[in-house]
Amino acid sequence: MSSLQTPPLSARRAAPDQAGLCLVRILLPIVVLAAGVAAWELVVRLKHIPPYLLPGPIAVFSTLIVDWTVLSQSLLTTLQTTLEGFIAAGIGGIALALLFNQSKWLEYSLFPYAVILQVTPVIAIAPLLLIYLPQQTAVIVCAWIVAFFPVLSNTTLGLNSVDRNLAGLFQLYGASPTQTLLHLKLPSALPFILGGLRIAGGLSLIGAVVAEIAAGSAGAGSGLAYRIAESGYRLDIPRMFAALLLLSAAGIVIYGLLALVSHLVLRRWHESALGKEN
Amino acid sequence: MVQPATLTRADTAGLAVSLRAVTKVYDSGVAALGPLDLDVRKGEFVSLLGPSGCGKSTALRLIAGLSAPTSGSIGVARRGGEARGAPGIGFVFQEPTLMPWTTVRENVRLPLKLAHAPAAEANRRVDAALNQVGLAEFAGAYPRELSGGMKMRVSLARALVTDPDILLMDEPFAALDEITRFRLNNDLLALWRNLRKTVIFVTHSVFESVYLSQRVIVMTSRPGRLSAEVRIDAAEPRSEEFRTSADYAGYCREVSNALAPSYSGRAGS
Repeated sequence: MSSLQTPPLSARRAAPDQAGLCLVRILLPIVVLAAGVAAWELVVRLKHIPPYLLPGPIAVFSTLIVDWTVLSQSLLTTLQTTLEGFIAAGIGGIALALLFNQSKWLEYSLFPYAVILQVTPVIAIAPLLLIYLPQQTAVIVCAWIVAFFPVLSNTTLGLNSVDRNLAGLFQLYGASPTQTLLHLKLPSALPFILGGLRIAGGLSLIGAVVAEIAAGSAGAGSGLAYRIAESGYRLDIPRMFAALLLLSAAGIVIYGLLALVSHLVLRRWHESALGKEN
Repeated sequence: MVQPATLTRADTAGLAVSLRAVTKVYDSGVAALGPLDLDVRKGEFVSLLGPSGCGKSTALRLIAGLSAPTSGSIGVARRGGEARGAPGIGFVFQEPTLMPWTTVRENVRLPLKLAHAPAAEANRRVDAALNQVGLAEFAGAYPRELSGGMKMRVSLARALVTDPDILLMDEPFAALDEITRFRLNNDLLALWRNLRKTVIFVTHSVFESVYLSQRVIVMTSRPGRLSAEVRIDAAEPRSEEFRTSADYAGYCREVSNALAPSYSGRAGS
């Protein structure tokens, strides 16, 4: 056959001002944050607001350092719950979606209940779960309930969006159901699954926090949400802020990690992970 | 999977594909095809030509066994014993239909992987197929990194990798620009001259069908029926000279005239 012309494999080269734009996009939020924190501290100092009403950021940070042993312990507890809930949601959501994909009967019988579980506010379910389950289990179940649905619905969507011609090709070459699942359906669904997991990460943190709050002082829990509730009763407002700060940071890290994983897995082929030029 | 009936020994005398009174009515009630009778000899290059919606793609899918005919019988010559699992049919779709998540090499390897071919043999055949379409150096690239014409070549390599007897092509070059299309036409003819596979080529381009085929089957639409048949007895090998010859123009006129009734019934076209 005739020779081929080389395609522009690496024709995308960032324009020089693109790097500048990128820097601005990182710097601007930081500047805004710094300004906000400075204004906060300034208001607290100038108006002499007592720390039990509104602690300044410096007070919050020093509490974070002073109470680090307690708070870090709580952070670990919450993170562990979140992780367990997330793993359960990931496995449960993907497994259910695969089952639904194999059997329409199963999907029709069970899917409505998955929806009901999703639309009922978890904060209302949590107290009930705490009655019937040991607290540690109840917390994980809560995280699972909030987090599994996006995985389930995204995976289902992904499994149903297989290219029809590719499916025909697998049929033509006599692929077994297992081969079709492994080499066609799961890879096709992968971007959707990763999207679902990204939502599930944040949601399992929410689920864990909700359950801890519901368990409240009655429970033996020691998670961050429990610390917030406890500090509230004690009017230890700086510690409330410190715990909130840690929760927020945990959420950001979870989201960032999952986004990174998604990017690394998809970067070679999926539209979502490619630059705009391509 | 719907397996088309295997041709009996008597039928196989020189025939690769044989359709008898085949019809296809979709669940929606649309009569897409037939009744259609079609015989294709082994090693023949036949084009199915017609307006869109004339059931030519449906005919191809039926031959491939991707869907079952509503009535009638389809015979496809199968080779003896040697091909385990892998059918003697290669299919090229209108779109390249590649798996975007893996490399060119893995895309071409797919039919062999599904047939559990031994790795060493699979590697050898993948290399050979990529060489045939001139893409050996792009084996490690991902589909998105290739141009439209190159993706189509990968699709062709994948169809060739099982060394099928019959190549079914469903408007494979329709989405390409004209220059790329001409080049792929020439490459396809060269491949066909070397490999002498049976090719059934679906197209809606008069010029493409005349340039490529030994026989052009003109179809009418809804339901798709055979309306005319034109033999193209041009000397081989065909090349760009044929494309500009008076013979070629004459055949094109003949095929266009045969195609005209297919369009006359359509309001406004």
